[in-house]
Amino acid sequence: MALKSAMAVTGVILVLYLIAHMYGNLKVFSGQEAFDGYAHGLRELGYPLLPESGFLWIARIVLLASVLIHIYSAVVLTLRARKARTDRYQVKKRVQRTYASYTMRYGGILIALFVIFHILHLTVNVIAPGGKSDSPYERLVGGFQPEFWYVTLFYLASVIAVGFHLRHGVWSGMATLGFNKASRQGKINTVAMAIAVVVTVGFLLPPLAVTFGLVS
Amino acid sequence: MNITLRVWRQKGRDDEGRMVTYKLTDVSPDMSFLEMLDVLNEKLTLENEDPVAFDHDCREGICGACGVVIDGEAHGPERTTTCQLHMRSFKDGDTITVEPWRATAFPVVKDLVVDRGAFDRIIQAGGFISAPTGTAPDAHANPIPKPDADRAFDAATCIGCGACVAACPNASSMLFTAAKVTHLGMLPQGQPERASRVVKMINQQDEEDFGGCTNIGECAAVCPKGIPLDTISQLNRDLLGSLSKGIG
Ligand code: HEM
Ligand code: SF4
Ligand code: FES
Repeated sequence: MALKSAMAVTGVILVLYLIAHMYGNLKVFSGQEAFDGYAHGLRELGYPLLPESGFLWIARIVLLASVLIHIYSAVVLTLRARKARTDRYQVKKRVQRTYASYTMRYGGILIALFVIFHILHLTVNVIAPGGKSDSPYERLVGGFQPEFWYVTLFYLASVIAVGFHLRHGVWSGMATLGFNKASRQGKINTVAMAIAVVVTVGFLLPPLAVTFGLVS
Repeated sequence: MNITLRVWRQKGRDDEGRMVTYKLTDVSPDMSFLEMLDVLNEKLTLENEDPVAFDHDCREGICGACGVVIDGEAHGPERTTTCQLHMRSFKDGDTITVEPWRATAFPVVKDLVVDRGAFDRIIQAGGFISAPTGTAPDAHANPIPKPDADRAFDAATCIGCGACVAACPNASSMLFTAAKVTHLGMLPQGQPERASRVVKMINQQDEEDFGGCTNIGECAAVCPKGIPLDTISQLNRDLLGSLSKGIG
């Protein structure tokens, strides 16, 4: 019963994180120093109140917990929905549902795989298409060179999936948290669309800029 | 009109069921959809075949008995009940597919008839007020703001037809439950049990094997009574309030 609420609350945490993360990524356009400085700054945040990287680890634990709760709820609810209709319709018409609302489950799986790949690539640097480096900036620029077009392509598909996920997710989360009123539906839809577009474009700019040689 | 019908036939709960095709000639555009099925059944009876079982009672859009899925839409192409749908909504020569509601919570009894007892049990779990009865109170004893009364009345028009469940990709009964929670929650009489009502009704809903709501909105789009989608959010607000008070 509380699964949906858990999903919405963790979804909101993840959306806020994504917006902050996107802001950080866009620093790549201010050059290597600004970008690496920002990444380093995150490790100093809260210091000396917190130990070195303390804030970062708190954020990581909150995010990991959110992702796990979000995925757990998604899986349980998906299984429940499967069980709720075992005999399918021969003919089924879509009356008003958005395309985004179809892609929540499979899109979610793509996003989960992407997050794993992404952490191995740019955070832990175990997967290093452009060569390993201690500079986050060089990892980024190295990883999205034109010869690694398949990496860029995978990012492209995943980030677009995130965009679709947020288009319906923000709308759905607002309803689950009790904010949806007939008089506000237009606004909620606009905000959901705006967040989806801004996050998609904001995350696509840095890798595409590298691939097309605008940042090197 | 000439119509080809593809109808779900199922002898009983344990029968596998299958689509069967029938051809009807001389269908009048002024017939209701159920009258067209009556014509089919007369024909089947004369041919010594088993008539198609379908639910119906009032035939005027108020009892909620008659729902079937027509060409993939609950109650068919118009936003009304199946009994109020007319053959003029179709074209001469159309092939029309007729299926029962599909949900684990609504098992097929026979052909197009499903058992919607799960809805009754959700109402029994909390969709009522337990006020002591007596003589009717004075009309002005309990002033209620007009917008609240309107919303309560709108929500109270739910006829329990089950189209929302039939149309929902998750087979969730959220709109039905939300209509009752909103109806009683807008009125002073509904307040004493408000916090426990939503928890009990949602628990029953989960127990009946309905799916969880993902706010897709197909329910409100097919609802013959126009129950608004935001009643679901109103239910969620009550639910979060109850959970945060430790009820449930
Ligand atoms: C970038 C990370 C993610 C963000 C920001 C995010 C955000 C959200 C939000 C805000 C919701 C709405 C909550 C609600 O329905 O009340 C949601 C729903 C959902 N999410 Fe995510 N999510 C993310 C990752 C994932 C992953 C990895 C999966 C699957 C493995 C997933 C599967 C789902 C599903 C199935 C729903 C419910 C669908 C629906 O309500 O229609 N999400 N998500
Ligand atoms: S909410 Fe609408 S569709 Fe659902 S049972 Fe009530 S009247 Fe039928
Ligand atoms: S038969 Fe009563 S609503 Fe259709």
